[in-house]
Amino acid sequence: MNTFTYTRVDDVASAVRSIAGDGAARFIAGGTNLLDLMKENVERPSRLIDITHLPLRAIESTSDGGLRIGALVTNTDVAYHPEIERRYPLLSRAILAGASAQLRNMASVGGNLMQRTRCAYFYDNATPCNKRTPGAGCSAIGGFTRYHAILGASEHCIAVHPSDMCVALAALDAVVHVTGPGGERAIAFEDFHREPGNTPHIDTNKRSDEIITAVELPARGFSELYAYVKVRDRASYAFALVSVAASLRMNAGTIEEGRVALGGVAHKPWRNRTAESALAGQPASRQTFERVADDLVRGARDCGLNAFKIPLAKRAIVRSLEQAVATNRGGRR
Amino acid sequence: MSTHHVGQPISRVDGRLKVSGEAKYAADYNVPNLAHGCVISSEIARGTIASIDAGAALALPGVLRVFTHENTRGLPWFDGSYHDESAPEGSPFRPLYDEEIEFSGQPIALVVAETFELARYAASLVRIQYARATHQTNLQAERHAAYEPKHRTPPPDPRGDAARAFEAAPVRIEADFLVPVEHHNPIELFGATVVWHGDGTLTVYDKTQGVLNTQQYLANVFGFGTRDLRVISPFVGGAFGSALRPHYHVFLAVLAARELKRSVRVSMTRQQMFSFGHRPTTWQRVKLGASRDGTMQALTHDAVAETSQFEDFSEAVVNWSGLLYRCDNASFSHKLARLDLFTPMDMRAPGATWGVYALECAMDELAVELRIDPLELRLKNYAETDQNEELPFSSKELRACYRQAAERFGWSRRNPEPRSMRDGHALIGWGMATGVWEAMQVPATARAVLTADGTLTVSSATADIGTGTGTIMTQIAAEALGLPISNVKFVLGDSTLPTAPIEGGSWTAGSVGSAVKAACDKVRARLFELEGPGEKHAMSLTEIMRRSGLSSIEELATTEPSKAHEKYSLYTHSAVFAEVRVDEDLGSVTVPRVVSAVAGGRVLNPKTARSQIMGSIVWGIGMALQEESVLDHVVGRFMTHNLADYHFPVHADVHDIDVIFVDERDDIVNPLGAKGLGEIGVVGVGAAIANAVYHATGKRVRDLPITLDKLL
Repeated sequence: MNTFTYTRVDDVASAVRSIAGDGAARFIAGGTNLLDLMKENVERPSRLIDITHLPLRAIESTSDGGLRIGALVTNTDVAYHPEIERRYPLLSRAILAGASAQLRNMASVGGNLMQRTRCAYFYDNATPCNKRTPGAGCSAIGGFTRYHAILGASEHCIAVHPSDMCVALAALDAVVHVTGPGGERAIAFEDFHREPGNTPHIDTNKRSDEIITAVELPARGFSELYAYVKVRDRASYAFALVSVAASLRMNAGTIEEGRVALGGVAHKPWRNRTAESALAGQPASRQTFERVADDLVRGARDCGLNAFKIPLAKRAIVRSLEQAVATNRGGRR
Repeated sequence: MSTHHVGQPISRVDGRLKVSGEAKYAADYNVPNLAHGCVISSEIARGTIASIDAGAALALPGVLRVFTHENTRGLPWFDGSYHDESAPEGSPFRPLYDEEIEFSGQPIALVVAETFELARYAASLVRIQYARATHQTNLQAERHAAYEPKHRTPPPDPRGDAARAFEAAPVRIEADFLVPVEHHNPIELFGATVVWHGDGTLTVYDKTQGVLNTQQYLANVFGFGTRDLRVISPFVGGAFGSALRPHYHVFLAVLAARELKRSVRVSMTRQQMFSFGHRPTTWQRVKLGASRDGTMQALTHDAVAETSQFEDFSEAVVNWSGLLYRCDNASFSHKLARLDLFTPMDMRAPGATWGVYALECAMDELAVELRIDPLELRLKNYAETDQNEELPFSSKELRACYRQAAERFGWSRRNPEPRSMRDGHALIGWGMATGVWEAMQVPATARAVLTADGTLTVSSATADIGTGTGTIMTQIAAEALGLPISNVKFVLGDSTLPTAPIEGGSWTAGSVGSAVKAACDKVRARLFELEGPGEKHAMSLTEIMRRSGLSSIEELATTEPSKAHEKYSLYTHSAVFAEVRVDEDLGSVTVPRVVSAVAGGRVLNPKTARSQIMGSIVWGIGMALQEESVLDHVVGRFMTHNLADYHFPVHADVHDIDVIFVDERDDIVNPLGAKGLGEIGVVGVGAAIANAVYHATGKRVRDLPITLDKLL
């Protein structure tokens, strides 16, 4: 672990001022990922800026019927908030499928968005990694790729984003609010995380001098028909091999709108609006779901040990849509 | 022996200390002027250290020394000096000895500083250049070069003509199995606090399964007399075999203390817990031949396991196949292949976990081929004697295990057809297997001291690695002298105490327990002597002592196996039944229930005994479905080297576990009639689950763990 200095800030403006121009500084909230990375010498910040005292812990309704979640609300508090449970149960489900109770108690919403990949090579300084050291090469390619990407990967990086919460946020069309030296701006959730391309060391489109202040959910919460299916190597405390956040709106047996976001398959929570739009106007049948699942995973490429993820992703998509249809028929899990 | 204490479900005598955090482990001892070490590990699997630049680290105020092979001195060149009680054949690893790298994760430097944080930071500044050489970490690639080592437990002699009988058998099964490396991963990291007393003597607090083994090792390596080096290890936060050998952390801590002339602590990180012994990856081939009625005609069990480049670690993998079922034509082999990894180590039921897994899965395949119920096949070929040694069993209530576990499980309702049971998306399967483990006794010594106030202190240099040893020894001692548990104290984990073997092999209950009983019986005999013959009357112990003017009675007793051991085969047995649910689309497997019936002789404490078996079953679930230290053969390194990536069952994976102890009387195994229970519980669980997965899905997965991708 590096030596570092510690600063505490009490409002957003000071946080932004504090990090300005200091590329080696990091914000710290729950620390559930950053401290691990520091102990592994993967992150070596010269300065930690403690943002836990910022006034970003509220969950409030917005004027257009949505909900605004402060960046410092813990994962646990989001998952069990009555309004989230009632209006956005998909988000609650996804959060509770992730990590452990202890981690969720510490982890913040903003930190969840900013967490780094769990690629074993990224975590191990003994193995070259383009995400850790641009240009060093990717050790995962040709190695232990069980958990790696099948969509949107590049020759420079095949890592996946590890979050469960973000998969639900992607499906819900959330918006990320950030504040920087130039003021506030909103980033559509789909545009927040990046594909690796040839800059895998840059995970998000949030600039390093910006701070996440809130995540906003639009009014439509799909609380009627939804499912979060997480396929993993053990029942808890394991990252997704494949996860699916599915939500449907139906009218008399016909799908009016369907959304599918995938986790564990790409460098970012994966949406394919063209493919999922084919759900609209179709009957909620297994045939429909299988056809859409094929389209959603079309173009997927494995890198060895993760070949199983391609059929698995299709099956998990079908399962999630079937579960979503059955949400209120006791078929929910 | 009456059963006032022994056989009762006494709660752990050290339970309160542990749950309240008062129990101190090796790295918890704080002493004045303690320096802290941080180990730097090799990033390559084979090659040499070209250079080490510690300049930036040493420039930091508070950094005391960076120990490397370039500046260690006074260490013995003779590798025999590094031998320990649990070392296999070969040349033991010598930390910081020279520039050679023999495995990834090899300790190559120790940075010592005034604080732990500083040592860790300084370690990150040390620059190491390697000259890489090609490495091999893939067992399958080296299998062709396997050789016959000098075995610790050689495979049984062949009998009959297995090859010919196999060819002639009307029903045959041949199956290959591949099992991965597993690491023990006790929750307590390896750590040692070495206290420098200033007069040349040391006290070493270490995590170990044998204080005397660690003491002897350190004395040999560093030239200490055993009186000048005391090893203490009162609590061990799990070990499972990993602490049978002294590891590099304690070597490095003593080295630094000796050189710096001050107290030093060295702890491993979780990542470094993957840098030493492990359960070896093993390839196996089992061939079974039977007549159409299910009578076994031929059995061949061959294994090739990994070892290091410097030691021949071998375990009894194939031996169990020779004694579980009657078969007159059998042959066995166990070979080793050298890889660029550290030497494997004993890990909970070493050898049996892998070997019985392969045999019991092959038996299930044979039952399917024969269209005979798997349990019936086992009963039909039940071994009444040990054909390996041509000896009778001292006791073997395996039939009762089968019967009681099958009944509790509801086995008779099983439809043998695969994929015949389902619940929604879940395919349900039932499988069973047999378990077997040794019931060994080894020499041990205990001291008992009864003081005039009625307090009994019993001691032996054994270890309690979380098994409940301290509790059962307390019960045995209290029983022998008819004292309440609260009057008895059992002391262990100190090299100044009477000799005990390393705690392993499930032999501690029977071995140290016998010594404890013998020492206490001698105290009792003394008391009767003091009172002398006369009319029968009741009198308290303290009164006898007071009348004799004695403040204490002290007795030492050493016990060893009886002569009868030569005429009998001594084993513990079990029958395991498991239910699985397999998601037909997603492949994920859950284990809703396991029933295990164990024939382990007399149960000294049903509460700690049940915990042992339950914990073992959880291990078995992990072995079957989750555990694997994944090697990347390109970098020659374990890539799942933390507890997030190295999977083993969490609470959500563990459901109903039902443990049955069948009645088994054994007057031969040891004076207590008790067989150890630390390991038997894990044997057979992997096979029972794998067989249940076949029953659920119709798929045979012969390489563990059975992860969901193998079932898609």
